[in-house]
Amino acid sequence: MTTLATKRTGRKADKAEPAVSSKIRLATAWLGGCSGCHMSFLDLDEKLIDLAEVVDLVYSPIADVKEFPDHVDVTLVEGAVANVDHLELAEQIRQRSKLVVSFGDCAVTGNVTSLRNKFPLEDLLTKVYHEGPGAVPRGGEYDKIVPALIPRVLPLHQVIEVDAFIPGCPPDPERIWAAVSALLAGEPVVLPEKMRMFG
Amino acid sequence: MAVITMTINDELVSGVEGQSLLSLIREQGIELPTLCHLEGLEARGGCRLCLVEMQSTQRLLPACTTTAQEGMSIQTHSERLVRYRRMILELLFAERNHVCAVCVMNGRCELQDEAAKIGMDHVRYDYLVPELPMDATHDKFAIDHNRCILCTRCVSVCDSVEGAHTWDVMGRGVNSRVITDLNQPWGSSRSCTSCGKCVQVCPTGALANKGSTVAEMVKRHDFLQWILDGREKKQWVMHNGGSEGRR
Repeated sequence: MTTLATKRTGRKADKAEPAVSSKIRLATAWLGGCSGCHMSFLDLDEKLIDLAEVVDLVYSPIADVKEFPDHVDVTLVEGAVANVDHLELAEQIRQRSKLVVSFGDCAVTGNVTSLRNKFPLEDLLTKVYHEGPGAVPRGGEYDKIVPALIPRVLPLHQVIEVDAFIPGCPPDPERIWAAVSALLAGEPVVLPEKMRMFG
Repeated sequence: MAVITMTINDELVSGVEGQSLLSLIREQGIELPTLCHLEGLEARGGCRLCLVEMQSTQRLLPACTTTAQEGMSIQTHSERLVRYRRMILELLFAERNHVCAVCVMNGRCELQDEAAKIGMDHVRYDYLVPELPMDATHDKFAIDHNRCILCTRCVSVCDSVEGAHTWDVMGRGVNSRVITDLNQPWGSSRSCTSCGKCVQVCPTGALANKGSTVAEMVKRHDFLQWILDGREKKQWVMHNGGSEGRR
């Protein structure tokens, strides 16, 4: 199993290295989800203070960073891959992160975001927008402003390689802490049975 | 009754002649996952989760439908079996639209439980996303085929315990579906007695009480042994069972 220890070889062991910051570079990303996983992450409450002592949050919906940075150690990804922007960000995340974690049921299974997979894209946009009240909004075509939807919502591991999975809708703070503390300690994420449940 | 001796996971154990492998394995305190099996209903060997490996031939046999034999030697948790069990669960999740977060049985579902137990943290197969209907024509109950795993406990309990045989299966393979009467809306079924046994034994959120929303449905299995003991032994003793004790 992939761990931070195996992916950070040389960096963690070499104590003599005068690191700019010895903190672990953590990122969280928000694809096609409701942000409930991030809300649950914030419910770590006072543990966030402990976390802030060992990590730098280098990219997140709760940090004002526009570009996904290079050399990220761990990235938690909430949400399924639903549009072309998600596809692009997922690729960047994979290229620039040592460990990528599917964070919550939408990233792990597609979950509620993927309920639209039953409908062909055309029908979906017609039902929701073209037949609805008011002017037809953008989104049917890729106009570089509103990202085009991809035909089928995909779980993250069907788009990029994923190193660990945190199921739950949302994963409760205990689950998140169990997974994150394992990742930061360079250990594989092995959640106990009660913390592995979908839903 | 004659006693038989056999080997389970390299340990000698004894059981009673005619006993199923599944019951003998569970008597030893070994946990073996099952989804179609339910104590009191006829064993079917449908879900394949209880497959065990014959030491001599490496053959895989469902423990629920196999009778324990003198001298038999089996493994219950070989690397291959654990791998297959996870594959089976992943295939079940991929085959229909099991979205746990918005299911009436979230938190008490046997499929969800088995996945967590076995450590299935994601599904490696493409989700088939089939177009499946719901039938909410019955006054009290509804069926959501998106959640059905075709365990056929409903068919079995309706036939052998209630005696109505309202439920059956139509179609083949991936297109199989449980049906009421001759695929008529459940609400118009003349054979259904509205007893609700099918709903109580259903392991997932496929069969549920009307009006229950996400994570609200609780199922009871204890009625089954109650009825069977009463019928066969003239004893009425309540056992515990069902989804009440889960999570």
